[in-house]
Amino acid sequence: MSSKASILAAIKGLNMKEKPLPEIPDFEVAPDLVEAYTHSLTGNKGTVVSKKELEQLILETGFPKIYSSSPAFESFTNCKLPQHPADFADLDLAIIEGQFASAENAAIWLDESNLDLRAIPFITAHLVIVIKKENIVGNMHEAYERIGDTNSGFGVFIAGPSKTADIEQSLVIGAHGAMSLRVVIL
Amino acid sequence: MSHPENATVFLKDKERAKWHDDTLWIVRQKRDVTIHQIPEWEKLRELASQIKDHTLSKLDFYLEELEKNATANGIKVHWAENAEEHNQIIGKILDEKNCKAIVKSKSILTEECHLNPFLEEKGIEVVDTDLGERIIQFLKQPPSHIVMPAIHLKKSDISDIFHEKLHTEKGNVDPVYLTYAARLHLREKFLQAKVAITGVNFAIAETGEFVVCTNEGNADMGVHLADTHIACMGIEKLIPRRKDLGVFLRLLARSATGQSITNYNSHFRSPSPGKELHLILVNNGRTKQLAREKFRNSLKCIRCGACMNTCPIYRRSGGFSYGSTVPGPIGSILSPGIDLKKYSTLPFASTLCGSCTDVCPVKINIHEQLYEWRQEITKANGASLKGLSMKLADGIFKSPLAYKISGKMMRASLKTLPDSIIYNPLNAWGKGRNLPDLPPESFKDWYKKNRK
Repeated sequence: MSSKASILAAIKGLNMKEKPLPEIPDFEVAPDLVEAYTHSLTGNKGTVVSKKELEQLILETGFPKIYSSSPAFESFTNCKLPQHPADFADLDLAIIEGQFASAENAAIWLDESNLDLRAIPFITAHLVIVIKKENIVGNMHEAYERIGDTNSGFGVFIAGPSKTADIEQSLVIGAHGAMSLRVVIL
Repeated sequence: MSHPENATVFLKDKERAKWHDDTLWIVRQKRDVTIHQIPEWEKLRELASQIKDHTLSKLDFYLEELEKNATANGIKVHWAENAEEHNQIIGKILDEKNCKAIVKSKSILTEECHLNPFLEEKGIEVVDTDLGERIIQFLKQPPSHIVMPAIHLKKSDISDIFHEKLHTEKGNVDPVYLTYAARLHLREKFLQAKVAITGVNFAIAETGEFVVCTNEGNADMGVHLADTHIACMGIEKLIPRRKDLGVFLRLLARSATGQSITNYNSHFRSPSPGKELHLILVNNGRTKQLAREKFRNSLKCIRCGACMNTCPIYRRSGGFSYGSTVPGPIGSILSPGIDLKKYSTLPFASTLCGSCTDVCPVKINIHEQLYEWRQEITKANGASLKGLSMKLADGIFKSPLAYKISGKMMRASLKTLPDSIIYNPLNAWGKGRNLPDLPPESFKDWYKKNRK
């Protein structure tokens, strides 16, 4: 008997009585979603910045290698999308668009339609995600309602910069992925 | 070694044991703060519990759904009856690719299957990429906690091992400095790896996708740079619908570390063009646990570690004292199902205070199952020392004369006997505890004097 057959047979042999699958009700959400979102993102060590603030930051910092797939910041792109993601190992700043965000925990949903390469938001040294104000929802239930049954090979909720507390519980930002997350709410 | 013996070793370094206790309690307190921000917290726990109960009751159906949908998405699905088969499947994929080095993000299942030693024996370099896991891998230790694998170590320990392995400055204990050294070291590994292995937090039957949660982003760094992604999951990691993730992602990180969500929650549905995605479904005793009705719902566990952070015994005895892959209260109800004899002391490593049950996001009745396992173990192992003294006490309490005489004798002898006799190895209650001060007379004598 194959392992699949033996595993399934072992479960079927138990003749378990089916237990009900609950429906998930609606829950109350924050009255001011932008304010709640900003508060949550701060808690996750990310920052909300305005379009102007970001433009100024880019000009002042002079990131050597910038890639933007967001039309709002397209002019800052100064490199080409590589064939292999490893060639983005020296990417200093990536600016991408998020589809929507959940106010309760600052998580932003992105899928392959936002990611020219799946590795971009992780491999870049600094990450900016652009979202529209009207695309902030209250909580994760509303977020999954928005995702619905869209079919993308890869999707991700990003809620902050890469972080770790594995050394004596001291929070350090920038473990392997992006060392900062800035969110522009348009 | 038994849990009490191992705990004794842990408690030898009093200062470190105190630090361990305090640190985990801080994590528990952080959890409390974040859950109180959600008025529907209890409702979410109930929903999660019901969703998992439902899934387990139709596990065969959902496993087949998952396989069908994942296969349609281009994922190669494998089934493994046990740890050995799981390791063989991975070994075979690596052989086919002629792969000699892999990167791996945190997976308790691969710990359970002892994948690392299996691959290393085949001459394959395994790099654990979670910072905590990399640290303990350098030290050749297993994780002592399922969410915080290096929680038993101090930064000076980490500084020492990084100095040796990564040539960091001797004595530099700055966590930022040490983390950046690991970042540089691991980035090199990520950029070279052709195959990346991850665990699975949730697999969704309806869509054939699976979700991996990290804060460091190490799972994503691994899989998006490699050509092949192998994901390993226990068969209990299933949930029926995508929308169920809304419930579980709200519960998981809040319970684990007190964050509102992990920073990266990646949903893998199909491989990138030209790449490969494998998903291994592992049994390794889970169907046996499913067959034990009293212990069935231990399979609802989502591995948040909240029961460890709150447990007065775990905090004061450390993860290694359990000697099992999953330590703490949940490990103490899962492990006896794997090997009753080897893990026979674990269900006793509890005060039965019930705090584990209170914090469990999927409402597993952990402390009740600990108590149930105690019954099973006592039945299997026969009388213990404590059992013998209970029998003796039973005889004394039955006879008024025996009670009177033994009471007087005890009061007289305990005053004069040396401590070495009173606190002898047979007196299990005298370990780490002092006897109370003796009253000058019995209650009976006192009553006679003071009441008519």
